[in-house]
Amino acid sequence: MGLSSIAYDLGSGLNGPMSISHLSSPRQQLAFSAKSCSRACITVRAADGNSGSMRAPPSTVRASKLVTNAVAVKSETASIAATKSGHELLLFEALREGLEEEMERDPRVCVLGEDVGHYGGSYKVTKGLAEKFGDLRVLDTPIAENSFTGMAVGAAMTGLRPIVEGMNMGFLLLAYNQISNNCGMLHYTSGGQFTIPVVIRGPGGVGRQLGAEHSQRLESYFQSVPGLQMVACSTPYNAKGLMKAAIRSENPVILCEHVLLYNLKERIPDEEYVCCLERAELVRPGKDVTILTYSRMRHHVLQAAKSLINKGYDPEIIDIISLKPFDLHTIGNSIKKTHKVLIVEECMRTGGIGASLRASIMDNFWDYLDAPIMCLSSQDVPTPYAGTLEEATVVQPPQIVKAIKQLCG
Amino acid sequence: MGWRLPLRTALWTLRGKQPKATADMVRELSHRREVYSAVPCHLHIFPILKRLQSSEPERACSQNMDEEMNDFMGRKVSYSSQMCFIPEESTNSVPCYRLLSTHGDLLDPSSINELDKELCIEMYRKMVTLQVMDTIFYDAQRQGRISFYVTTIGEEAINIGSAAALNATDVVFSQYREPGVLMWRGFTLQQFANQCYGNEYDLGKGRQMPVHYGSNELNYLTVSSPIATQVPQAVGAAYGLKMDKKDACAVTYFGDGGTSEGDFHAGMNFAAVLGAPVLFICRNNGWAISTPTSEQFRSDGVAIKGQAYGVRSIRVDGNDALAVYFAVKNARKMAVEEFRPILIEALTYRVGHHSTSDDSSKYRSVDEIEYWRTRRDPVARLRMFLQSNRWWDDENEDLLRQDLRTQMMSVLHNAESKKKPGLSNLFEDVYDVIPQNLKEQEQETQAIVGKYPKDYPSDVPLD
Repeated sequence: MGLSSIAYDLGSGLNGPMSISHLSSPRQQLAFSAKSCSRACITVRAADGNSGSMRAPPSTVRASKLVTNAVAVKSETASIAATKSGHELLLFEALREGLEEEMERDPRVCVLGEDVGHYGGSYKVTKGLAEKFGDLRVLDTPIAENSFTGMAVGAAMTGLRPIVEGMNMGFLLLAYNQISNNCGMLHYTSGGQFTIPVVIRGPGGVGRQLGAEHSQRLESYFQSVPGLQMVACSTPYNAKGLMKAAIRSENPVILCEHVLLYNLKERIPDEEYVCCLERAELVRPGKDVTILTYSRMRHHVLQAAKSLINKGYDPEIIDIISLKPFDLHTIGNSIKKTHKVLIVEECMRTGGIGASLRASIMDNFWDYLDAPIMCLSSQDVPTPYAGTLEEATVVQPPQIVKAIKQLCG
Repeated sequence: MGWRLPLRTALWTLRGKQPKATADMVRELSHRREVYSAVPCHLHIFPILKRLQSSEPERACSQNMDEEMNDFMGRKVSYSSQMCFIPEESTNSVPCYRLLSTHGDLLDPSSINELDKELCIEMYRKMVTLQVMDTIFYDAQRQGRISFYVTTIGEEAINIGSAAALNATDVVFSQYREPGVLMWRGFTLQQFANQCYGNEYDLGKGRQMPVHYGSNELNYLTVSSPIATQVPQAVGAAYGLKMDKKDACAVTYFGDGGTSEGDFHAGMNFAAVLGAPVLFICRNNGWAISTPTSEQFRSDGVAIKGQAYGVRSIRVDGNDALAVYFAVKNARKMAVEEFRPILIEALTYRVGHHSTSDDSSKYRSVDEIEYWRTRRDPVARLRMFLQSNRWWDDENEDLLRQDLRTQMMSVLHNAESKKKPGLSNLFEDVYDVIPQNLKEQEQETQAIVGKYPKDYPSDVPLD
């Protein structure tokens, strides 16, 4: 693969000529120097790795290496990461890498979106791809989300594998008709005659003072649409793996990225790998309480965990990754061990991922619960522009610490 | 100046000449452009082609800053001190292309040599089949045998005429009033009936309402009810065909009402920008349920809208099967060879109700309906043409209709007697592989239905 031959200038303007100032703020630079052991265990898959199975073989390595630190520290613990193999990159570069590898592997893969061509995408996820694959495979579209999502559906039904990039997930509300009525449905209503292997991706979530219209959590709205699969990436490792898995999937997949996570740095393997679309990620094993989270909140939870561990708690942190359908196998195993659940999400209180997850857990694991499921979510308000107010709408680490104390005593 | 183009085209048609689409139209358009600039119009295509072939962004502005800026993103604009508003409508509306008179006479008798007798007869037979099928299915719905139906009465010429002009590999994205296209390609009466009854032989596995046909094999995408959603999808399919350099185009059908949807605008616009080989066929049948076209748009119909997007367009008499055939044939050639979208507005009349849930006598006069049904029937028009040439006669007619009725009765009976798809079909094909949560839901549903069979339809198998 041409991974090592792609030179990335990590220093200078890869943040790109973006007008959104928040991304260069130091508070956003959450850098992980080495990955935790558990992630190393979702290892190399064969090149044709189909991520369809929910029962992927459990990794024996994971069971034997428990990490007691909230945030994995360099060197000693992780055996694979101890070598100098792998390469460091930022999350948006990981997405690009995954995209590029898939486009090389399969000529039917193409990208459609606003400014994805020469401009390289608003968040530089498609930078360089138009030069490499041509204007037709990396297609700049006019500002008509319904149009290009519809185009992607039509192209997918007739043999291509398009990836639709929404400049911001919130804009995909304009494409909701095509996504709900056609993308999710046509495989079913055609009696299985036509498949729609599209990937719809884009940044969502609350950013830094982007205003209400650009701070939408679309995963809330999409989770109900039958026929769709939805995943949320949170680290460069799973971003690349999920991107590749989503492209290879025969189902329409919505890949939720977070606008503030694009500059997250991590060392990822050089070898090709694909993540499982339906599997949650065990970030930190523990025995006191199960914390379920995804996307940006994973990092808030990890921050809170540092404080919790100091206070003597042992939380088990799971990044649910798969928002539709939920990986109840992993979640269930955890609940059977800890008997207490805290969900930390960025969605609104009403009708969000947390609301559905609570219902699922109650349906399936009621007998294992020692306490009502707690859920920390954003309030049911549009996200205000003022920074102080905006921060108050997002769940912060001290809130998480307080909730655990309440839950565990 | 802008209204001279329709006049010229009108003159061509009155002379009985069918303009050779490419060369003449380009010449005509260049002539028009000469008023505005010295650059012939076909050269304006170059910046667009270049953009999509190379990776260099186009330098849009004139480099010579001393010159008056009159170059706006590749188009030359001349200035005028005469304030002039483009009128909201031209004095002449876009002329309507037709080959047959209302009574089935060839307007240009010499053009008989360009017609294929077998093809004309086959087109006629299919139009009659469509008409008979519609009548019988409509009656079946009224008798409660199927739940819903949408007729195509009055629009048979558009359906069959356009279908005959396409290749089997052209991908069709229809609205719901184009079963004739599927019929032409080989969908049998039995298959139509199976879908309407939603039995286990339905290709859609009973998951869609009647008339929502689809066939992968015949390149006809499953009908999806929301209006005009198929328009950008067709552009997407055309994009794929262009990338693969296939000798095929995408075709999409929609009604006059569909042109009000945002998807229509977006699809047309992008097809033009992309140079997608797609045909946009608008069945302007005068009504969108109860909304007449006078309340749908204020433009001169739909054909005029093409120019706004940079899409070549034509207005054709939708009740003249031969005109539709030739217009679509030429349009297809242009679309595939020149990588451009074409808009075809076929003027017609929706003789039937919008659907079986509608009673159109509530908003339009019964006389009007009767007039179009009896005096402007496209099927009768083609028959008169065939009969006047001794290519068809009353005996053939009676035989055909009798045979079709018998077939339809048997087809209905067959479809009715077949089992419905089993309960497992409720959960399959939502995803490629059934996920755990759906498996659980399936088990729950089977348990409930098994436990209280009297509360559920008896003709749905549990498996």
